[in-house]
Amino acid sequence: MSHKSNDEAPAAPSFWRDPRKRQWIFQILVLALVGLLFAYIFHNTLYNLEKRGISTGFDFLNHEAGFNILMSLIPYDETYTYGRTFLVGLLNTLLVSAIGIVFATLIGFLVGVARLSSNWIISRLANLYIEVFRNLPLLLQILFWYFAILPLLPHPRQSIQIGELFLNKRGLYLPKPIFEPGFGWVLAALGLAIVASILIARWAHRRQEATGQPFPVFWTSLGLIVLLPWLAYGLAGFPLNWDLPELRGFNFRGGIGVIPELFALALALSIYTAAYIAEIVRSGIQSVSHGQTEAAYALGLKPGQTLRLVIIPQAMRVIIPQLTSQYLNLTKNSSLAPAIGYPDLVAVFAGTTLNQTGQAVEIIGMTMGVYLVISLTISAFMNWYNKRMALVER
Amino acid sequence: MAETATVYEPGTHPDLPPPATEVGVIGWLRQNLFSNWWNSLLTVVGLYLAWAAFAPLIQWAILDADWVGDTRDACSSGGACWVFVNVRINQFMYGFYPLEEQWRVNLTGIIFALSLAWLMVPRIPGKRYGALFVLIVFPIIAYYLLGGGSFGLPEVETTRWGGLMLTLILATAGIVAAFPLGILLALGRRSQMPIVRALSIAYIELWRGVPLITVLFMSSVMLPLFLPEGVYFDKLLRALIGIFMFQAAYIAEVVRGGLQAIPKGQYEAADALGLSYWKKMRLVILPQALKLVIPGIVNTFNELFKDTTLVLIIGLMDLLAIIKTSLEDPNWLGYSIEGYVFAGVVFWIFCFGMSRYSMAIERKLHTGHKR
Amino acid sequence: MSDSKKTHPVPEGLPAVQMQGVHKWYGEFHVLKNINLDVDRGERIVICGPSGSGKSTMIRCINRLEEHQKGHIIVDGTELTSDVKNIEIIRREVGMVFQHFNLFPHLTVLENCTLAPIWVRKMPKAEAEETAMHFLEKVRIPEQAQKYPGQLSGGQQQRVAIARSLCMSPRIMLFDEPTSALDPEMIKEVLDTMIELAETGMTMLCVTHEMGFAKTVANRVVFMDGGEIIETNDPHQFFDNPQHERTQLFLSQILQH
Repeated sequence: MSHKSNDEAPAAPSFWRDPRKRQWIFQILVLALVGLLFAYIFHNTLYNLEKRGISTGFDFLNHEAGFNILMSLIPYDETYTYGRTFLVGLLNTLLVSAIGIVFATLIGFLVGVARLSSNWIISRLANLYIEVFRNLPLLLQILFWYFAILPLLPHPRQSIQIGELFLNKRGLYLPKPIFEPGFGWVLAALGLAIVASILIARWAHRRQEATGQPFPVFWTSLGLIVLLPWLAYGLAGFPLNWDLPELRGFNFRGGIGVIPELFALALALSIYTAAYIAEIVRSGIQSVSHGQTEAAYALGLKPGQTLRLVIIPQAMRVIIPQLTSQYLNLTKNSSLAPAIGYPDLVAVFAGTTLNQTGQAVEIIGMTMGVYLVISLTISAFMNWYNKRMALVER
Repeated sequence: MAETATVYEPGTHPDLPPPATEVGVIGWLRQNLFSNWWNSLLTVVGLYLAWAAFAPLIQWAILDADWVGDTRDACSSGGACWVFVNVRINQFMYGFYPLEEQWRVNLTGIIFALSLAWLMVPRIPGKRYGALFVLIVFPIIAYYLLGGGSFGLPEVETTRWGGLMLTLILATAGIVAAFPLGILLALGRRSQMPIVRALSIAYIELWRGVPLITVLFMSSVMLPLFLPEGVYFDKLLRALIGIFMFQAAYIAEVVRGGLQAIPKGQYEAADALGLSYWKKMRLVILPQALKLVIPGIVNTFNELFKDTTLVLIIGLMDLLAIIKTSLEDPNWLGYSIEGYVFAGVVFWIFCFGMSRYSMAIERKLHTGHKR
Repeated sequence: MSDSKKTHPVPEGLPAVQMQGVHKWYGEFHVLKNINLDVDRGERIVICGPSGSGKSTMIRCINRLEEHQKGHIIVDGTELTSDVKNIEIIRREVGMVFQHFNLFPHLTVLENCTLAPIWVRKMPKAEAEETAMHFLEKVRIPEQAQKYPGQLSGGQQQRVAIARSLCMSPRIMLFDEPTSALDPEMIKEVLDTMIELAETGMTMLCVTHEMGFAKTVANRVVFMDGGEIIETNDPHQFFDNPQHERTQLFLSQILQH
């Protein structure tokens, strides 16, 4: 064993004893096996489809659907195409998810903070809420609200009324805003107020850094954002009307009608997810050690400042990623809609459209693709957020 | 208030009892319920809320309820009609499994409960063999015992399986089958080999990115297309394959968390001792990592247990589905609340129990884990 | 695996460790620069230097916990390449003690010591346990054999770690700051164990800041800074008459307190 000049790289081992080459061989084998499996599945699928006389491809999307959908955010009737049913279902999925996210967040934060209350009864009640709703299957909750509770609601004539809001067996009826020409000014004023607030906040921040003089940014911004649009509203001659729901015959007309399927699904999703969000909020706030509060108090910060400058920024770092993943879960869980007939993507497209066309591969593929795109987008956001936070931490 | 404080010589001060307002029932009440006016207001509102919610519930579910009888005529007192549940309980538990064969289900359940106790009670030794038993031997026993068709047991087709029994089968079979694949995927995702890592990530992200219901649709509608001619999987098996593939991705992520939690020094020490990759994983890393992820695995199982109810949508008769179907029986219309409340109580007991167990384990790991 | 049982024959006349022109980079960062070091059989070398000077990286290259990119490392006559077989052979012959002990927390002290002999050396269990008890007696904690690492003090854990390495009957021992993570009162018990080990004629490479240990035990002291070996000298020369100014600066800093 002689060793030559010191300059060269370590001697290369024989082929079979080089771990890198071994790894590559192993990887090529794995890849080949996976490829074979796919080829096999592909072959079988083509054969089976041919035998059943199903043509492959996405042509069916242009064919007339011929069935109606209970609820649609865009114009739709049975003469529209299957492609349109996909869109209707997708929008309905996004609608129920958005509603669910808003209410789940509100209830979740409320219960989460209540869970931390120093008041024993409030904290126990919040805990009870969390433990009950987290440990019951979501589907069971959806069925419970839809099949057991909604039928107990009164008939339209005896609707439960809160202001101009009506709740009955047939659903929930809300006033609908009607924007007259000139309402654009109000929106423009709102936009202007927001931009102005951002600029003021920046200026105030710089001034505070330079001179130490704080500026009441919050109250100024709030004033701007509330006052400017109202001013514009008045100047433009109050260009907003409400279309109020009205009882005509056996049901309500006008306003926004929320069908009971949507109501039950959104309710169940909100209540279920809120239990998880409450736990996230609780653990997020508790993750900030008590020493942080004590240190802030010792520095002379007031409780409000401590919360705003010390506790919340740290807690949010823990809360936001988990919250985002709960939003994602809620969106995925909205796919339980077919159980009560809410026309979401799965019910309309992977359900009815699939049954009528038999294009299983394409339809399931498109449906999964939609959820996958949503998930990957959200996890990309989370990665970005976590990286940014990791940088801040250093 | 104005007591004259006794003066003690330095070093002779005795321990005095605290003021009465700080301890005992009064102290507790003061501190936790009435420390200031806001707190007192909350207490009153909370008490009212609790009373408003629970008084009618207890009245309906217990005080006014009807418990025994054979038909809906027995339900006359205006409260909950538990007669409905009572009459149907056998179906809720076993589905349409023949009455004279139900001992087989019970026996399987007992074996499973005992082997779980083996795994879960810390004092019983031989956890490794217990795990092997649950992962390999038990599924075989359960398969022959429940399905029958050999060893002199009459065959019971899976279409007759249902109720709580089916719920438990779906959840346990799903997780037991998914466990080995999940571990491999977790190792793959942390591997240095780019292709292996990419394949693992693709698998995990794909299944975690889609809702279980689409997976179930896929396995019930698309899977038959993937199979060669003449091969037929029944509905239950198709659902199980879907659950298995879905679950493996979740277990992989839990196990990966455990692998990441093992300090780098452990890998280095194993390397320095000359252990090969698989020996290092089997003897040093996985025993520690898997112990760390027990709470995570239990939580995953808990979620899966709740998610098994989704098979209702593809037409399997799990506990929830069978209750929902019973509610459509014209003889028992109008008892939806009873039906769902019963299902809720059963699910809740299981899920709450599991989440408590996982929390207890987690607490134990936190206190007992030194480096 | 025919040769896994027998130990590698001792090549006569060769140094225990030869490092020839070894370079290593972490990405763009050049951590080891042209390291040349021959360690003779039975020689005890102490490596010191400021933190980040590459001393840990250097000894971690010797059992391939780190990979060098240039130059040669020959351990006991076997060159360290990416050849799996060679890595196996060398790791079997080289023991290592870490700063943070790295005992396996899920195994008892005895199991920690018998793991590698059983699975790497293919030793029968009874024999492995006998060997383990022998070395646990050597480090004076045989009574702790059935305990778990978490139940021991830091000093005891580090002595177990030494025993664990010795159970593989290594010809060379590497120590990577073995006392840096210990409370002051435990440092002595570990150093005593190391001194006893030195008396048996073991080839040792120690990265340590314990200058007293260097003075009493080392044959040579290697001083590293910025990824280079700045100075190699016998301990008396090194401490009393350091040649290089960076060595002088370093010594003045650590001997001040």
